[in-house]
Amino acid sequence: MLEVAIQHRLGAFALDATFVTTARITALFGRSGCGKTSILNAIAGVSRPQSGRIALNGRVFLDVAQNVCLSPNVRDIGYVFQQGLLFPHLNVADNLFFSKRLSEDTPQARRLIELLGLGALLKRRPRDLSGGETQRVAIGRALLSNPSLLLLDEPLASLDAQRKHEVLTHIEQLRDEVGIPIVMVSHSIDEVIRLAEHMVLLEDGRVKAAGAVDELLARLDLAPATGRHEAGAVIDAEVASHDVEHAVTLLRFDGGELTIPRVVASPGHRLRVRLRARDVSLALQRPVDISINNILEGTLLEIRDEVGAIVDVSLRVGEARILARVTRLSLGRLRLQPGQRVYALVKAVSIDRHSVGYA
Amino acid sequence: MDNDALLQIVGLSMKVAFCSVLLSLPLAMIIAYVLARYDFPGKTIFDAIVHLPLVLPPVVIGFALLLTLGRNGPIGSLLHDWFGIVVAFKWTGAAIASAIMGFPLMVRAIRLSVMAIDRRIEHAARTLGASPLRVLVSVVLPLALPGIITGSVLSFARSLGEFGATITFVSNIPGQTQTLPLAIYTATQVPGDEAQIQAIWLSLVAVALSVAALAASEWLSRRYNTNA
Repeated sequence: MLEVAIQHRLGAFALDATFVTTARITALFGRSGCGKTSILNAIAGVSRPQSGRIALNGRVFLDVAQNVCLSPNVRDIGYVFQQGLLFPHLNVADNLFFSKRLSEDTPQARRLIELLGLGALLKRRPRDLSGGETQRVAIGRALLSNPSLLLLDEPLASLDAQRKHEVLTHIEQLRDEVGIPIVMVSHSIDEVIRLAEHMVLLEDGRVKAAGAVDELLARLDLAPATGRHEAGAVIDAEVASHDVEHAVTLLRFDGGELTIPRVVASPGHRLRVRLRARDVSLALQRPVDISINNILEGTLLEIRDEVGAIVDVSLRVGEARILARVTRLSLGRLRLQPGQRVYALVKAVSIDRHSVGYA
Repeated sequence: MDNDALLQIVGLSMKVAFCSVLLSLPLAMIIAYVLARYDFPGKTIFDAIVHLPLVLPPVVIGFALLLTLGRNGPIGSLLHDWFGIVVAFKWTGAAIASAIMGFPLMVRAIRLSVMAIDRRIEHAARTLGASPLRVLVSVVLPLALPGIITGSVLSFARSLGEFGATITFVSNIPGQTQTLPLAIYTATQVPGDEAQIQAIWLSLVAVALSVAALAASEWLSRRYNTNA
């Protein structure tokens, strides 16, 4: 369990962040300049907040009131910086084993090198690595210091789409196989949804909300903070079957079934699917003769009425909550009211690879 | 002038320059690191003092050395009484004068190369379990190496050319403190063609040494530039 409660003031910027997490991956999410990296620096111990307390599994790293502040070299935290920051004068192998905590011939080290696909890079110099390779070496270097917590500062920010996918896959594998809790900073909601279970939403140095990713994303009041254009909910679903001929996958969750473009996951596997509010339409009756594959029956919960043409509404489908974005015109035309029975229509093709994460 | 005399002058100059670099390097590295990495009250004044030899007349430095390190100076008399060390009018004194004159150049070069190291690379090393000392030795030092080499060569070249502080502090004693610039100066003070030719020869040697030092620096910093 990671407990963070820190305050720091620097000029006009005030950081005041408190959260507790036990998740495998916790995402610190918010716009740039909201204090995400400052929090990581404080956890790692490379900066010292003016007041507060940080503890990991009961071990106190920082307690300003008690005058406790452990040096970064004894905190056992792996920190992967945004640009990797490998030591340019050392080759990949020397970078990886800089911490000297695990030697090259331990099974643990060999497994990590294999997991991150670093075997062929060991003799290379950092300047000869691609962005994705640099990030993988940086992650490997941090993990080979045998940390009890891994911090990732926008590990994908400097990468192109292909490299992003490559590094994402590796982080997912780490989460599932290595079992070291991860705190990652991100400003991309797609990354958060794909990887994280717990999310700390930051705004101007303060925690606006913290909790399970799907819960936070289903909250209408947070939509502006999570990105208005990207607003949407996450559904936890199980792979039911694959339709090989039509290259689609059928998912089941307690609110019904979802058909999405085929994903690689065996039946029974749990997936997290993101439904963007703008991809969800509403109908009062179950439409027939329509190309849309996903028609979910639900109850209208809440209407977030703002000025302008667009209105976000939330609905309950089974136990899940999803968001739909409609025009104010449609809202009036259908006379939508909370408590009403509605049908949510979701085009299968609107759910792309980036919207699906492996739980 | 015979070859032996020339060799002796060049040898002495090299010895003085080399020792002055060795003398100033440890302190220059510490001061450069502190100036590059820390802010503290009075930093501007401290920085100005470090740079003073660059702007003061060298004669003033030499005179100050004579007053403090001379046989009757406060430090000089202690050195003599306790350790039997005398530096005034000795080649060691010339090395000290050269070290002080080249010091700001050395600090500047090293400081710039330390400032070019991303602070977070040091942070990364700390989170990987390295103590501050290990970070300094295995990360900062190798990454600052090009600057350390450049600074050393600059200070070496400055030493080879040192005149004012040296002649004031240790005088111009052939075989003892007469470095290349002092020998050239002496030759130019003697009337006659022979002395003039001697001055020209010595000057050519000085040019050759300086060019060689520059070339060596270029080669070394290319060889050890790990950032490129």
